[in-house]
Amino acid sequence: MKRDRLASWTVAVALVFAGCSLERRGVEGANAAPPLVRVGSKQFTESVVLGEIAAGLVRTTGADAEHRAELGGTQVLWHALLRGEIDVYAEYTGTLEQEILADRGVHGWDALQAALAVEGIALSRPLGFNDTYALGVKAALADRLGLRKITDLRAHPSLRFGFTNEFMDRSDGWPGLRARYRLPQRDVRGLDHDVAYRGLDAGTLDVTDLYSTDADIRYYGLRVLEDDLSHFPVYDAVWLVRADLAERAPAAAEALTRVENRIDADAMIAMNARAKQDRVPESRVAADFLRERLGLAASGPEDPGIAGRILRRTGEHLGLVGVSLGAALLIALPLGVLAAKRPRLGALVLAGTGVLQTIPSLALLVFMIPFLGIGAPPAVAALFLYSLLPIVRNTHAGLTQVPQSLRESAEALGLPPGARLRRVELPLASPSILAGIKTAAVINVGTATLGAVIGAGGYGQPILTGIRLDDVGLILEGAVPAAVLALVVQAAFGGLERIVVPRGLRLARDE
Amino acid sequence: MLALRGVSKSFGGHAAVRDVTIEFPPATTTVLVGASGCGKSTLLRLALALVTPDAGSVTLRDQVVDAVSAPALRRQLGYVIQDGGLFPHLDAHDNVTLMARHLRLPAREIDARVRELAALTRFPADALARYPAQLSGGQKQRVGLMRALMLDPEVLLLDEPLGALDPLVRAELQDNLRQIFRAVGKTVVLVTHDLAEAAFLGDRIILLRDGSVVQAGTLRDLLESPADEYVTRFVRAQRTLLVTSPPERA
Repeated sequence: MKRDRLASWTVAVALVFAGCSLERRGVEGANAAPPLVRVGSKQFTESVVLGEIAAGLVRTTGADAEHRAELGGTQVLWHALLRGEIDVYAEYTGTLEQEILADRGVHGWDALQAALAVEGIALSRPLGFNDTYALGVKAALADRLGLRKITDLRAHPSLRFGFTNEFMDRSDGWPGLRARYRLPQRDVRGLDHDVAYRGLDAGTLDVTDLYSTDADIRYYGLRVLEDDLSHFPVYDAVWLVRADLAERAPAAAEALTRVENRIDADAMIAMNARAKQDRVPESRVAADFLRERLGLAASGPEDPGIAGRILRRTGEHLGLVGVSLGAALLIALPLGVLAAKRPRLGALVLAGTGVLQTIPSLALLVFMIPFLGIGAPPAVAALFLYSLLPIVRNTHAGLTQVPQSLRESAEALGLPPGARLRRVELPLASPSILAGIKTAAVINVGTATLGAVIGAGGYGQPILTGIRLDDVGLILEGAVPAAVLALVVQAAFGGLERIVVPRGLRLARDE
Repeated sequence: MLALRGVSKSFGGHAAVRDVTIEFPPATTTVLVGASGCGKSTLLRLALALVTPDAGSVTLRDQVVDAVSAPALRRQLGYVIQDGGLFPHLDAHDNVTLMARHLRLPAREIDARVRELAALTRFPADALARYPAQLSGGQKQRVGLMRALMLDPEVLLLDEPLGALDPLVRAELQDNLRQIFRAVGKTVVLVTHDLAEAAFLGDRIILLRDGSVVQAGTLRDLLESPADEYVTRFVRAQRTLLVTSPPERA
């Protein structure tokens, strides 16, 4: 009986996950017109603009385009492409050579094309600009210290370096750069690219890594230091396209080639400046470029307005929280009961769920990608794992705190164990259990905002974009509804307590 | 008939009950008395198989009460503890009828039985909808008693049922209990540390010390032919009994 119920719970949770991945896969199977092309982009403005250009090009062929913007860093995008979760994204040849295919020692466009073909990925011709890495300092500081070349940094070991987290780890990034130039600086930290610009401007940082087409270079008045030892390779922008797209949506695959050699560095810098400094939506920037340079009228999806956006994100956010919490309930309640009834096993269960809780949420989210890809499923799985501990712990605590006299009274009546649990112990533990579920729900509402980092949507999306664009209004568009939702969840549980917790218990507590 | 034969039980090295043999005859009230920790409560928990004896056996109608048979046999054993042991999340009516409802007895039968028991225990019928938190100490004990009697068990086990009550309520309930015991004619086992209460309610008194039976008999036996010096000391310690309330059967 007990085992049957456990089995059906397991099946239910498995179905929830299967449902999520079906949703992810289902799009692929649809061969009927019009085909859907999924575009990805990294978490910086240029990548998002290029993503919008790709989406615009696809739409000119009559195909549908979905832009999953700001998915994260190189590894996330590359693996999403390999797994078929996206069909195309903009990459850079230097990144392919130094990072993605670093272990194969490929150099040059032909070698790259051959190496990528093995993976089922097609490489476009260069789009027309080289967005290389560079180091930048405020012009005033550069003048004062006489900094022109990267070599000049050797003489100033006390300078504070702040690099993007990806740059900190990449072989062509800080490790290679430091070795190549024998740089002595100790104060080196990793942080978000756009935050680094602001740190430079505020004077809390002295040196950061730049992309040479960043509009911020001009905006913040930065000096780009000459790569005098030629450490950085060429980073020509290219499309990486899944080879199967040519069969599934040949017109769309063809359309992508129309911008090959058509985006020069000035055009890219200008687009980056419009998106970032003038706050023009990336979709507009991309549409204007396609119309002015290529004479293409690309109709983007309509902006639903702020209310529409919040409504959609509320749906996404509630989906993440609801599904993860529901699955956690199905697993954590029986686990909590088991922990209370079998103390030795219980110690193990509590320790295990406790360990899960200590994994940093960002790490857990990214850790899920290899198993569940990008989007909602990995976010739901991570939130599910986080929800376990509060519910298991409070169920366990609620049951073990039932006074022995009451447990024995129920037993002495002749009630069998299942009926004792259902009719006496669980109702007595209900306030504690409900408090655990409430804790899990409120934590989930907050943690789910991180899901945007891996493309799960929700209130985190505008926060992420807002950080990138230094747009407080956008950040608030995500942060305020998230806070409100947390309060609503709190209040809802207050109401739920009146229904779930037996009246007699509330009377006893009020006494 | 309920019987304990050669029963012993230790908790963490401390012997709570040592080789105790007692038979509880039908329609008789047996009172177990003794100081705190003498093992009298443990004897009741052994009888209900809430704890398993290290040695010896408990039988009811010649059936051994153990982990396997207990769930069925417990319906023949009504149990009342000091604070009533009422479930705070159920109102008085639902506390009394919990097991009957679990057994899916007909609602009409249940209602009739509750009315009968409320009259027997003098519990006001309009208070049946109240939760334990809304009941007085005496009322809680009456509900506990109704719950124990609900399925008409053969044996009634009461562990210090009046221990937490103030003297006036306690005296009133003692009167009630004696009437009830006589009315229902069941095997009653009552645990108390109060010798006056034991004498008032019991047909037979069993004095326990350190988990063993010291003497079994009437109060008169204890007074006139104490088994050892401890019995004399125990009886003398209850001075009020000797000064203000001469025992009935003395």
